[in-house]
Amino acid sequence: MGIADRRIEDGNLMQAVAKLTPEKIKAAYELVTKGEAGARLSTYYQSCMRCGMCAQACHFSISHPDDPSYTPVGKMDQTMWKLIRQKGEVTPDEVYGMAQIAYTECNMCKRCVHYCPVGIDTGFITSLVRRFCYRLGVVPTYILDTAHSHSAVMNQMWVKQDEWIDSLIWQEDEARGEFPNLRVPLEKEGAEILYSVIAPEPKFRTQLIYQAAAIMHEAGLDWTMPALPGWDNSDMCMFVGDSEMMGRLKRCHYEMAQRLKVKRIVMGECGHAFRSVYDTGNRWLGFKDWPVPVVHSVEFFWELLTTGKIKIPKKFDKPVTIHDPCNITRGYGLMDKLREVVHMLCDKVVEMSPNREHTICCCAGGGIINCGPPFKSVRVAGNKAKADQLAATGVEYLVAPCHNCHGGLEDIIGHYKLGMHTKFLGDLIYQLMEKTRAE
Amino acid sequence: MGSPDRESGTSANNWDWEKGKRTIVQSIAPKEEDLWQEEAYAAPDGESFAAVVRLEDESFTLRVNDGRWEETFEKVWYPRFAPDGRLTALVMADDEWTVAVDGEAWEERFAFAWATTFGPNGAIAASVQQDMRYACCLNGAPWENMYENAQDYCFSADGKKTAGVVQVKSLKQADLDGFRSGIFTVAVDGEAWDQSFMNVWTPVFDGRDNERVAAQARLNAYDYTIVVNGEPWAATYNCVWEPVFNPATGVLAAPVRQGGRWGVAFDAAMNWPASLYQCWGLQWSRDGKNLWAVVAPEYGKFTVACNNKPWAATFPVVTELALSPDGTRAAALACHANKDYKVVVDGKPWQGSWDMAWQPVFSPDGAHVAALVEKGGKKTYLVNNLPLDESFTEAWTPAFSPDSSSLLLRGVQNNALVRVVLPLKDIH
Ligand code: SF4
Ligand code: SF4
Repeated sequence: MGIADRRIEDGNLMQAVAKLTPEKIKAAYELVTKGEAGARLSTYYQSCMRCGMCAQACHFSISHPDDPSYTPVGKMDQTMWKLIRQKGEVTPDEVYGMAQIAYTECNMCKRCVHYCPVGIDTGFITSLVRRFCYRLGVVPTYILDTAHSHSAVMNQMWVKQDEWIDSLIWQEDEARGEFPNLRVPLEKEGAEILYSVIAPEPKFRTQLIYQAAAIMHEAGLDWTMPALPGWDNSDMCMFVGDSEMMGRLKRCHYEMAQRLKVKRIVMGECGHAFRSVYDTGNRWLGFKDWPVPVVHSVEFFWELLTTGKIKIPKKFDKPVTIHDPCNITRGYGLMDKLREVVHMLCDKVVEMSPNREHTICCCAGGGIINCGPPFKSVRVAGNKAKADQLAATGVEYLVAPCHNCHGGLEDIIGHYKLGMHTKFLGDLIYQLMEKTRAE
Repeated sequence: MGSPDRESGTSANNWDWEKGKRTIVQSIAPKEEDLWQEEAYAAPDGESFAAVVRLEDESFTLRVNDGRWEETFEKVWYPRFAPDGRLTALVMADDEWTVAVDGEAWEERFAFAWATTFGPNGAIAASVQQDMRYACCLNGAPWENMYENAQDYCFSADGKKTAGVVQVKSLKQADLDGFRSGIFTVAVDGEAWDQSFMNVWTPVFDGRDNERVAAQARLNAYDYTIVVNGEPWAATYNCVWEPVFNPATGVLAAPVRQGGRWGVAFDAAMNWPASLYQCWGLQWSRDGKNLWAVVAPEYGKFTVACNNKPWAATFPVVTELALSPDGTRAAALACHANKDYKVVVDGKPWQGSWDMAWQPVFSPDGAHVAALVEKGGKKTYLVNNLPLDESFTEAWTPAFSPDSSSLLLRGVQNNALVRVVLPLKDIH
């Protein structure tokens, strides 16, 4: 079994491979493997023993136990290892399969790194395969459209500048119904905190902006939101393999904070955007560290709750479980703070097993959910492992501090009829906090 | 809190340069009769401050010193002083938006107006939207042509023209081919170039005659270049940043990326070889002899370079590059992860480190440098590498007198807005 047996039609994948020539494929291969990847790739290639230990790690292979082509090594074998073996001489059809694997069958969640005796990072290999595919234009339609949007308007959802500001003013007006003096301070130079979000918030989830404003207001914080481009911290360009545009986006994001002279950026509950600011985008720009610190909501809420700026008079009394988003826990170590926050909010917490840095991915991250409807079935079938894990907790509520995780988990919950409800930390805090400044 | 721009109509000659401290407003604290008052902004000459206030009837207006704009609005935000001292704000009345200048709203109203910017000779522009069509509005007059989208506006050197990036065709949902066909270009005073591109960013005028406009462009998914009046350079690159015209010769310089490193191309020919890990923020001296930039000669090590010669000292982050009027000296800010700010002048860090710092300012004769800095919530000023004794709870960037003999400080002490003129000879 292999990728050729499960081909899914996607308009741009089909259109792009039709234009490929052996020369173009070879040139993209040379650029990525020789020009960009460097020694790390050849070290991985030479040290992979084909031992198969990683098979136990990946939710795709756990969910497809009889099909080795879903294992991390199986996926590398069908993509980068094949490219290296054949010195870039692969057919357009094979490139289609490589793109399908890289964009829709690996979340770059890096769980397999922990299982590999020699520490091979399949997520990194996948990012190189995506870069190779991107250089050939072989990218699924929907995620490529979000990358185009990023390049045109500096956010992933084609939100125009006035629409963004209007959403903020609208949410400020709405929130004033509950907190009469609430402000969403726009473009306030010198604020302690700049709050940034991902573009789906003004587009589909404006209540999250309302909730964030309510929390900031109740905590009495000196904060601001930007009115100009750079407000969207997300980065689909990172996921399609467009490193240049990823860098442009991160520059815009950091320069917005530098222009406003804020002390730090606090970002909403998103995992991949966090990776793009602490790991990938900053480094592409030449920074070793980040030029402006970015605090993920988990850490920010932990601060608010432990310092008493936000008080929880009565905890959520229904049992909850916790999903650890890969980019902020395995990638950044926020698992303890996440637990402390959830325990401060909820009476009864039932842990999933495995959890923390061994968390099983939501299967939406890494841009897979952004590849759109054609690949939804891949995501839900590829994560029966997570569905089993969720079901084993026996609880009704699931806390997941990441947008992509939310989307992916909701799809799994629906498909496997788990009858669970997902919550952001912000949902719980807004619902439970003492509202001393409310009407 | 922006600094008065030396080329944008500031008439510092007419300001009060008499030595001493004057209290302008006894208390800038919110007045009891108002529901609330927002952040204070000081005028460039330090003679007034403005803040949005919400009145008891829930309308908004601007407080200016102890008075108010007469007119009230459903919403007011983005109060900003123009360099010439006029006070502007974005205002909404009857569900329509516009810009108000010194309390008078522009006659033209829009479904939305935002991002007020100031140009030379008193020019004021804003982004506007009407019927989901977008344009730039200069001094109250919107472009005749409005577009599917428009952004990134800039002024000509005389402040009479504007240019911006416009989207000339609409896109359907997930319309990859439409996007790839190139639907972005530059419009000058609303007239779009004939050629359009996949992406266009940051147009800029050639200030010598304001007839040429250049911008960054992406020709296809992988090839970037610079376009001038719609014509792309012959060379393409992995990436480019903002181009700048030499004010004396018209040579167009832009940071360009080749083979994973950055250099600078002049009119499409490499001038600074591509050896840098980063290069941006190009600035020419007025005589066109010196080209300055923020660069990273090594990974993670940033500094400033002049004519491709970097300063010896490097830092994790460098921002806010400022040149002396003759363009032979430069100052910038350095920091690590937005902390431990240092003012760096001519490659040497000044003493002390700060929680935050603002762009350094050179005196007109280029001999002195001053900067606003903040530590532990208190703001003060550094002048020629020495901190002043005065500290403020709020303060704005300093300004030198036209004869370079005095420095104007604007700040808040004990809730009072004060204005201090310090002769440089009295400093330390
Ligand atoms: S999805 Fe995660 S575990 Fe599976 S191969 Fe990719 S990085 Fe490894
Ligand atoms: S566990 Fe590591 S060495 Fe073994 S097959 Fe997987 S990637 Fe290769």
